[in-house]
Amino acid sequence: MSTTQSSAAVGAQSAALDVSRIREDFPILKRTMNGKPFVYLDNGATSLKPQAVIDAEVGYYTELGANIHRGVYEFSEKASALYDQARNKVAGFIGARDPRQVVFTKSATESVNLIVYGWALKNIKPGDEICVSEIEHHANFVPWQMLAERCGATLRFIPMLPAEGTLDLSQLDQLINERTRVVAVTAMSNVTGYIPPVELILRRARAVGAITVVDGAQWVSHTAVDVESLDADFLVFSAHKMCGPTGVGVLYGRERLLEEMDPFLFGGDMVQRVRKEKTVFKQIPDKFEAGTPNIAGVIGFGSAIDYLLGVGMDAIHAHEQQLLAYALQEASSIDAIITYGPSDLLLRGGILSFNVGDAHPHDTGTILDEDGIAVRTGLHCAHPFMHALGIPGTTRASFYLYNNKQDVDRLIASVRRVAEIFA
Amino acid sequence: MSLEEDIYKEIILDNYRSKKNRMRLEDADLHSEGANPSCGDDVELFIKLNGDTIEAVTYEGIGCSICCASANLLCESLRGRSLAEAQQIILQYRDMLLEDGEPEFAEEISDLEAMQGVKNYPVRIKCALLAWNTVRDMLQDSAGAGDNA
Repeated sequence: MSTTQSSAAVGAQSAALDVSRIREDFPILKRTMNGKPFVYLDNGATSLKPQAVIDAEVGYYTELGANIHRGVYEFSEKASALYDQARNKVAGFIGARDPRQVVFTKSATESVNLIVYGWALKNIKPGDEICVSEIEHHANFVPWQMLAERCGATLRFIPMLPAEGTLDLSQLDQLINERTRVVAVTAMSNVTGYIPPVELILRRARAVGAITVVDGAQWVSHTAVDVESLDADFLVFSAHKMCGPTGVGVLYGRERLLEEMDPFLFGGDMVQRVRKEKTVFKQIPDKFEAGTPNIAGVIGFGSAIDYLLGVGMDAIHAHEQQLLAYALQEASSIDAIITYGPSDLLLRGGILSFNVGDAHPHDTGTILDEDGIAVRTGLHCAHPFMHALGIPGTTRASFYLYNNKQDVDRLIASVRRVAEIFA
Repeated sequence: MSLEEDIYKEIILDNYRSKKNRMRLEDADLHSEGANPSCGDDVELFIKLNGDTIEAVTYEGIGCSICCASANLLCESLRGRSLAEAQQIILQYRDMLLEDGEPEFAEEISDLEAMQGVKNYPVRIKCALLAWNTVRDMLQDSAGAGDNA
């Protein structure tokens, strides 16, 4: 079976993206929604899948079908090899030294929970502190809140500055102190696209000996990442936001910490030796992957990594920056629009979060839907963020490699219609 | 079918923006909250009773135009009604949106028919029902509590 990416996007790395060729790789872009050509601007929620990824996933079912790491027959060995190759690809993609540092989970959410259950529950004591930011997605907030409640620890927040949704680091040395055991922070806000100064926060965390958890769900898909220079203890992200299938998440971790962590799921496939008296687990990462994993999904994820590397992460990042700048420029011509996020585009990824007059985000979303445009509306799984801003939510357009200026033009035209209806 | 004809018409936008019934009632006899967590719509309803009659009804909260307009219309149409009449109106309103019931609201509350167009947008029906389900549950609970007393 083939896991090579479709040829269309290859070779685009050096120049600006050839978006019209890239769009050919995504069959869903040929569809209509509500009778209009489909404009997909909900990439923060999930990304579309190129044919190569769909083929890789289907190919596993049509050509191999076997379970992994247990059969001695050819198809099982081939499936195992593709699964293991995907782990190598992911490790290479984020610059991990060793593929054993990459654990497959079902989602970034599960990855955070694995840290909580496997490491934090046995290490956090009453009086310890956990530091998160006010702009976290619930996935990197609720697990830590539950942990704090369970362990009698205190949860501290790096506050948000409401003006541009950026983080206020002026009290960082008090917020992250000698009692802090965990610092968990997003590398890119799913609401505004704001990219916080993670290096600075991690440096302070390391200075006090806290472990560091970076939520890369919005970030890893849009930019070139090097975990060695990031120097985080843990990085979590998910395949489906980066052209891969749903149902596959990643926990990257420092070897020493992964080795020290307890498995969260026990059972088959994660054991070295089982006796009635005692079971010995496999080494990392296998000890965390009990049961039959999402084999097709992981193989598809490997293909997604090939695809993204074929296009080039720097080119994707630059393309999204251009689209964002264009969208902001066009949006500024609409009086009723309010946009959120940093005015300095170097501090943000390709997300345009906005409100239109007194139209509620859901009203905006309904009108955009009728015009064939998919966006996210509401609270974006970031309730504390919205409370801090004092708004009932936003409408969020989020860009990816296959979006083009026409998508932005369609968005802006539809937003004008919202402004007219709610004038 | 178009959004401007079905949903975003004057009656609904006027009711969305109306502040007339949008307040807390400090001396309310009944008070309840309802939320649609997926969209963040959140309403609180306050009812003051005079014997068997709804003397005052108000709402507070955040929500989309459909949610707030339907809450405002609820206040307008239930004020001054007996509890039995109120339950009848609630039943009719829900039927209109959920069961293809042809509404036969009294003339003075016929504005409720404006909400009928929401039916063409299934994902928004829950917005039009939030306040109404909340008041239905609230009246049922209070009737139940009365029975037990």
